[in-house]
Amino acid sequence: MNKHLIVGILLAISLAACSSKPVKEAPKPAVEDKSPKTTQTAPPKAPGPAAPESATTKPMTESTITVNPLKDPNNILSQRSVFFDYDKDEVKPEYRPLVEAHAKYLLAHPDAKVFLQGNTDERGTREYNLALGQRRSVAVKKVMNLLGVQDKQIETVSYGEEKANANCRDEACWKENRHADIVYQGE
Amino acid sequence: MTKRLPIFLAVLFVFFSSLSFYGAAQAALTIEIVGGAAQQIPIAIVPFAQASNQSENIASIIGADLRRSGLFRVLETSGIVNQPHDVAEVKYPEWASLQAQALTIGKIEALPGNRLKVSFRLLDVVKQAALTGLEFNITPAQLRTTAHRIADIIYQQLTGEAGVFATRITYITKSGNRYSLQVADADGANPQTVLSSNEPIISPSWAPDGTRLAYVSFEKKKPVIYVQSLTSGQRYVLANFKGNNSAPSWSPDGKRLAIVLTHGANSQVYLINADGTELQQLTHSSAIDTEPVWSPDGKWIYFTSDRGGSAQIYRMSTLGGDAQRVTFEGSYNVSPRFSPDGKSLAFIRRDEGKFRVALQELATGQMQVLSDTVRDESPSFAPNGRLIMYATSVNGHGVLAAVSADGRVKQRLSEAGGDVREPAWGPFGN
Repeated sequence: MNKHLIVGILLAISLAACSSKPVKEAPKPAVEDKSPKTTQTAPPKAPGPAAPESATTKPMTESTITVNPLKDPNNILSQRSVFFDYDKDEVKPEYRPLVEAHAKYLLAHPDAKVFLQGNTDERGTREYNLALGQRRSVAVKKVMNLLGVQDKQIETVSYGEEKANANCRDEACWKENRHADIVYQGE
Repeated sequence: MTKRLPIFLAVLFVFFSSLSFYGAAQAALTIEIVGGAAQQIPIAIVPFAQASNQSENIASIIGADLRRSGLFRVLETSGIVNQPHDVAEVKYPEWASLQAQALTIGKIEALPGNRLKVSFRLLDVVKQAALTGLEFNITPAQLRTTAHRIADIIYQQLTGEAGVFATRITYITKSGNRYSLQVADADGANPQTVLSSNEPIISPSWAPDGTRLAYVSFEKKKPVIYVQSLTSGQRYVLANFKGNNSAPSWSPDGKRLAIVLTHGANSQVYLINADGTELQQLTHSSAIDTEPVWSPDGKWIYFTSDRGGSAQIYRMSTLGGDAQRVTFEGSYNVSPRFSPDGKSLAFIRRDEGKFRVALQELATGQMQVLSDTVRDESPSFAPNGRLIMYATSVNGHGVLAAVSADGRVKQRLSEAGGDVREPAWGPFGN
């Protein structure tokens, strides 16, 4: 709710900046601005670059509303991969904030669904690696479950070694292949 | 055959020039043979009398089949002036001078209605006697298959085992980002694409009657099991449950499959009817249970599990109950496959970071590493149990390889410009 207020205030500021425009234009964007629920996910910095873009308020309103936090590189929700040690499925502490952020997003968006896709490096057999990748996706799911996310919003699957770089020869390369990815339905 | 000439462990490199005929439709596998049996049977195969303009002489196909088995030394016949096509024309001393123990002759005659009569005789040069022979009434398109059938008959007569030259194999190719499920003759010729996709395809498995394949495709962005008819090309979804659906394996009677499902947790083994009904969970562990296969008697499911802390092969009755551990040496033994006689188990073993094909005799527990490659996967027995085909990697390039069950004969099958993986050897033909 307070984001609505912020947007409203920003609108008012930018309207004030457009000094010589007719006053009667003002009510229209203000009304539009109240309806979209997605405004609550808008990051604070977005209005900055948008403001000088136009002399009217309309473009700024649109760009504020349409920023998707899942795609915003400045938002932790844009980070989608949890990396694992060799033959391990423990979610390491440095990936907790990432998983927690997605859990919060899922709790706030009960209609959103995610695929958790486990991956392994290419060493070993394909079906066994598929099972190892699955264990990694389940490990991420369990963290989300503990934070209150229901199973109906999560499907754990595995790609095993199928997406791995098959030309790795050392750990520096292999470790890049051992991850579980968070992919939202429709992405 | 009583006397067999001792032959050195010959290193043969055989490139099948005939495969280029099939290259137009689909890149074919090139086969390279390394090694051979300690004793090889020397055999002469006279080019068959031709009825008309066949593109290649079937004697060369028969010879290539026998040579590839590693059990035969195919002799050069061009030095013999008289090239017989009937038994009456054979002068045995000429073939004895080549040190041939066996001789094959034959001819192809045109029949009305664009059909061909192919006849051959297998002769014992030492005893100067006919061993076997047969006539085939075929269409010209069946010439190649007929050559494989003749090679099978010769192989069986001289070794006492059934030949596998007329069987088929399936495998996956990856070229760029394109995955193809292929079915080809056992010599790599005549490859047909039965499925292609931009997403991975893995784990093809032959129905015991050789008319259907089960496989796992990621085309729905997750692993789903399909069953596809090779005659009609029609397919259906066998299993698309929440989570992974993978590792299909047919029961010996073809009525059921063992599969692996996850349902939001770790991989577990299930049984399901071939029509997708009567799903039943077999294993109930908190560990990984995967890669199920049926014992040839249909009573057991052998599978890979890390329930004991490392990846090992276990078995469980198809009726359920306790799991029994089968492999004990080392910390990674996976991908079990039964020999057709049910007496031994091939699997992939990791030792000091090297993944190799191993064979374990079930009665004694005796284990032997067969391959000398280091990134081996997906072992698959030839239906006569003589060879094990598998996938491996050479210079970062996926190739197929085969090794004889005694470890002596090795082959490599590669495709130019693409990776080849996930081989499965089909059953004997009908």
